[in-house]
Amino acid sequence: MIGKALRRKAPRTGVDWFLTVMRVAALTVVAVGLLAFIAQEIDTNNPFARWANPDATGLTRAQFQGLIVSGVAQGAMYGLIALGYSMVYGVLGFINFAHGEVFMVGAMTGMITSTKLADAGMWESNFIGSLVLIVFVSVIVCALTAVIMERVAYRPLRGSPRLIPLITSIGVSFFLQNVSLVLLGPAAKAYPDVPDWVKSKHTFLEIEGAKILVIVVAAASMVCLWYVVERTKSGKAMRAVAEDAEIAALMGINVNRTIVKVFALGGAMAGMAGILWGILFRSVVHTTGFLPGIKAFSAAVVGGIGHLGGAMTGGLSIGVAESVGPLLILEPLGVSGVSQLRDAVAFAVLIGVLLLRPNGLFGERLPSEDRT
Amino acid sequence: MTATLPPTSSPQLEAPLAAPRPALAHDWRRIARMGSIAAFAQVFIALSNMPVALDGRTMVKPVLSLGYLVLLILPFAAGYRQGHQTKLEGVTQHAAGPNEVVGGLACGMIAGGGLSLLAVLLANFDLRDPLVNWSPILLDTLTFGNAPWFAVVIWLAIGAGAGASGGVLRLLGPRSRRATVTMVLAVIGAAVLESLMVDLADGLRLEALTDRLYAKRGGVTWPGALVLAAVSGGLAVVGRGRFRTARARLANLEGAKRSRANAGLILAAAAVLIVLPLFAGKLTNELLANVGLFVLLALGLNVVVGLAGILDLGYVAFFAVGSYSAAVLTAATSPKISPEMPWLVALIVVVVITGLVGLFIGAPVIRMRGDYLAIVTLGFGEIIRLLFQSDWLSGWFGGAQGITLIPGANIFGLTEVSGTDPRRVFYLVLAFCALAIYVSWRLERSRLGRAWMAVREDETVAEAMGINTVNVKLLAFVVGAILGSFSGAIFAAKVGSVFPSSFLILVSIVILVVVIFGGMGNIVGVIAGSAVLIGVLGGPKQPGLLAEFSEFKLLIYGALLVWMMLARPEGLIPSVRRTRELHQVEMAQDAWLRGQVDGEDGGGGDPQPTVQP
Repeated sequence: MIGKALRRKAPRTGVDWFLTVMRVAALTVVAVGLLAFIAQEIDTNNPFARWANPDATGLTRAQFQGLIVSGVAQGAMYGLIALGYSMVYGVLGFINFAHGEVFMVGAMTGMITSTKLADAGMWESNFIGSLVLIVFVSVIVCALTAVIMERVAYRPLRGSPRLIPLITSIGVSFFLQNVSLVLLGPAAKAYPDVPDWVKSKHTFLEIEGAKILVIVVAAASMVCLWYVVERTKSGKAMRAVAEDAEIAALMGINVNRTIVKVFALGGAMAGMAGILWGILFRSVVHTTGFLPGIKAFSAAVVGGIGHLGGAMTGGLSIGVAESVGPLLILEPLGVSGVSQLRDAVAFAVLIGVLLLRPNGLFGERLPSEDRT
Repeated sequence: MTATLPPTSSPQLEAPLAAPRPALAHDWRRIARMGSIAAFAQVFIALSNMPVALDGRTMVKPVLSLGYLVLLILPFAAGYRQGHQTKLEGVTQHAAGPNEVVGGLACGMIAGGGLSLLAVLLANFDLRDPLVNWSPILLDTLTFGNAPWFAVVIWLAIGAGAGASGGVLRLLGPRSRRATVTMVLAVIGAAVLESLMVDLADGLRLEALTDRLYAKRGGVTWPGALVLAAVSGGLAVVGRGRFRTARARLANLEGAKRSRANAGLILAAAAVLIVLPLFAGKLTNELLANVGLFVLLALGLNVVVGLAGILDLGYVAFFAVGSYSAAVLTAATSPKISPEMPWLVALIVVVVITGLVGLFIGAPVIRMRGDYLAIVTLGFGEIIRLLFQSDWLSGWFGGAQGITLIPGANIFGLTEVSGTDPRRVFYLVLAFCALAIYVSWRLERSRLGRAWMAVREDETVAEAMGINTVNVKLLAFVVGAILGSFSGAIFAAKVGSVFPSSFLILVSIVILVVVIFGGMGNIVGVIAGSAVLIGVLGGPKQPGLLAEFSEFKLLIYGALLVWMMLARPEGLIPSVRRTRELHQVEMAQDAWLRGQVDGEDGGGGDPQPTVQP
C-alpha cells in the first residue's frame, strides 16, 4: 500500500493533501470517540473519558444489544431497498433516485390494505394470513409502479448522457411523493395495532418480535431473490444484460423485457421493505421514502454497486452504523443530542466510504461501458 | 471528407415506406391509448382536489375558473396530439382532414369519460378512508350541482368538445393556428397576471383600463376577454413576420453593431426593471424580490450545473451557510458570538466563509463520478441542515428555533433594506443579480469558462488538452457557492430570521427544476425560467401569482422536471452548445442526410461531423 502510494506518478496537488488531511481527521475522530467509549465502559471515572465528555454515562449491555438489534432490523430493510438500486444501476448504469418512493408506495399500500383488513376483523383473527395478503398486494403494486416508471420515464432516455436519467428520476421521485401527498393527505397514517407477540420482547435474547419478523422476512426475500437471479433463466438474462446489453441482445435475449423484470424485482423488494417498515414503525407519511431511499443507496454503494450480497451487507452496516454510531463515537466526544444526528451519521458513512473506498467493500460490477 | 460518408444510395430513402392514408382513416388504437391516458390523468387531477381548490380563482368571469380550466387542458391536448405524426425520412404524411376532428372528438370523449365514471363512483361508493379528497364537494364540482347522470353527460360532452377543438386546431393553417393559440394564451395570461396588472395600473393611474378588463372579484370580464383576444390575434397576424425578421436581424449582426444592440436591449431591460417597482405596490414588489432571489440562486447553480456540468443537489447548503453566517454576524440575538457587523462588512466575511465551505465540500466530491457526486452533495446539503438544527450546535445557531430579529441590510448608511420594504429588497436583489449576470457572462467567455465547458462535454479529453480538471471543477463549485451566499445573506436580511426548515433539500430541487426548465447554461434562459416558475407557481415557501397552486406546485415541479427531460432536455431557451451536445446523434443523422442530398446534387461539400457510436 505505502509503496504503491510512493510510486504514484501523478504529483500530489493541494486537493490531494486536503483529502489526506480530511481522511486522517475523520479516522482520528472515529478512533478517539471509540477509545473514549471503551474507556468509559471500563471505568466511568476514567480521566480520558472524563476529559472527552464530563457527563458521559456509557451504555449498559442491554442498551448496547438493543441498539445493535434495531440497527440490524433497519439495516435489513435498507438492504432490501438497496437491492433495487443495485440491480438497476448494474443493468442501466444510473441511480434510480425514485426507488425510495417505490418503497413509500409499498408502505402506503400496506397501510391501506391492513386498515381495510382490520376493519373487516381479519387482522386480529389471522395476523399471519393478513400479513401474507398485504405483502402480496404491496409487492404487486410496487412492482407495477416500478415498471410503469421505467416505461414512461426511463425507457425513452436509454442511451442519453448519464446525468439525464438521474435528473429524470429526481423528478419522478418528487412527483410520486407529491402524488401520495395530494391523494392521501399530509397527515401521518398509522398501521393497525399488531398482536402482542409482535410487540413484546421475547425471552430469546430479549428481542422484540417485530424485529425478529423483519430480519427473518428480509433474509427469506434475499434468498428468493438470490435464487431468481442466480438460478433461473430470467436471472441469467439479467446478468447477461448487466454484463453487456448489446451482446445479450445479439444472443437472443429480449433486453427490454429483461429490464422490465429487473425493475419489477427491485420494486417487489421495495414493497416488501415497505411492509416491514410498517410493522416496525407502524406509521407512514408521504416523505417516508426519502431518507431510507438515500440510505439504501448508500448501502448499495457501501457494498459495491451491482452486487446482491453487497447490497445486503451494506444495508446492515449502514443500519448498525446509524444506530450505534452516534452513541459510540459522538456521545463520548461530548456531542449533545446525538440521536438527532443519526441521519447525519448515515450520510457521513456514505461520504466516508466514497472517500476511502469508492468501489465499495466488494468492488462494483458495472455495465461494460461504465467500467474505467 | 467523402471517405467518411456512408454508402450513398440506399433504396429505403428513395421510395416512400407507407402510402398516404385515406382522409377518414383513424389509428383507433392510438386514439384509445391517448384517450385513456388522458382519462386516467383527469381522474387523478380530480382526486387530487385541484378542481375544488382552484375553483376559487376565476379566470374568465363568469364562465371559467382555474379549477375547470385544469380539467379542460388534457382532453384538448389529447385531441391535438392524437393527430401527430412523427416526421420520418421517406414516409409520406397523411393529409389533415375531417379525420383530425373525428379522432380528436373520440379522444376527448374517452378523456372526459374518466370524469363521468368518477362522478358515478363518487355518488355510489365511499372511499374517503384512503383518498382524502373523495368528498361530496368534489362530486358537486363535477356535477355542477346537479344529479350524477348530468355529470356523465356533461363531461362526455365537454371532453368531446375540447378534444374536437384540439383536432380543429390541426386543420388550421400555420398562421391562423398561431393566431388562435396567441388569443387563448393572451386571455389566460391576462387572468394569471391579474394581481400584477391591477397593482401596476393603480400605480400608473390606469385603473380605468383594468376596471374594464377585470371583474371586481377577480377574473377577466367577458368583453375584456373578447377585446383582448381580438387585439392579440390581430397582433399575431400582423406582427408575425416582423418579430421573426427582427430577431433574425439581431442574430445576424456582427461585431460592434451586435454588442451595441445587446447593450441597448440590456439597458432597456434594466430601465424597465428599475422603473417598474416604483409604480408597483407592496405585494408585487414582494413577488419581484422573491423571483429575484431565485434568479440569483439559479444563476449560481447554473455556473455549477450548466457551465461545469457538475450536478450539485446540495446547492441549498450554500444558501443556508450564507444565511446563517450573515445572521450570526449581524444579529444582536445570535446565541454565541454577535459582532453585530454592518451588513455590507458581514457580506465580505460571508463570502469568505461560503467560499471555504464550497472548497471543503467540493474537494472530496470533485473526483467522483457525476452521479455519485450528485448523491454525495445531497448528503452534504442534508448534513449541513441537520447540524444547524441540532442541539449540539444550538449554542451557535439556535437549533430548531433558529436566529431571529436579524437587522436589515444597511447600505453605506444610505438606506436600510429589510423585509418591511420589499421595494428596497428588490433593488438590492437586482443589484446582486446584475453582478451575478455580469460575472457569469464574463466567466462563460473566459479561459476558465471554456475549460468548464470542455470538462462538461468530455472530462478525459479536457484533461488530455492540459486542463487541470480538479482545480477547474473546484473553482466552479466555489463560484457557485459564493453566488449562492449572496442570496443567502439577502434572504437573512429580508426575512429577518433564519430557521433550519427554510433550507430543506427540496429548495435545491426547485432551483434545479428552474435551471433545467429555463435552459441549462444559458443566462437568459435561467432568468426566464425562474421568472416564469417562481413568479407564477411560487418557490418552496413563497407564493406566486397563482397562490391557489400552493399545495400542488411541488407536484407540478416534479412532473415538469420529468417532462422537460423527456421532451426538451435543453430547456425553454437553450444554450447553443448544450443543445448540440444533447442532440449530437440527431444532428449527426441530419448532417448525414444532408450529405446524401448534396452528394446527389454533385456538391457534397458539407463537412461531416463524426458520428458518435
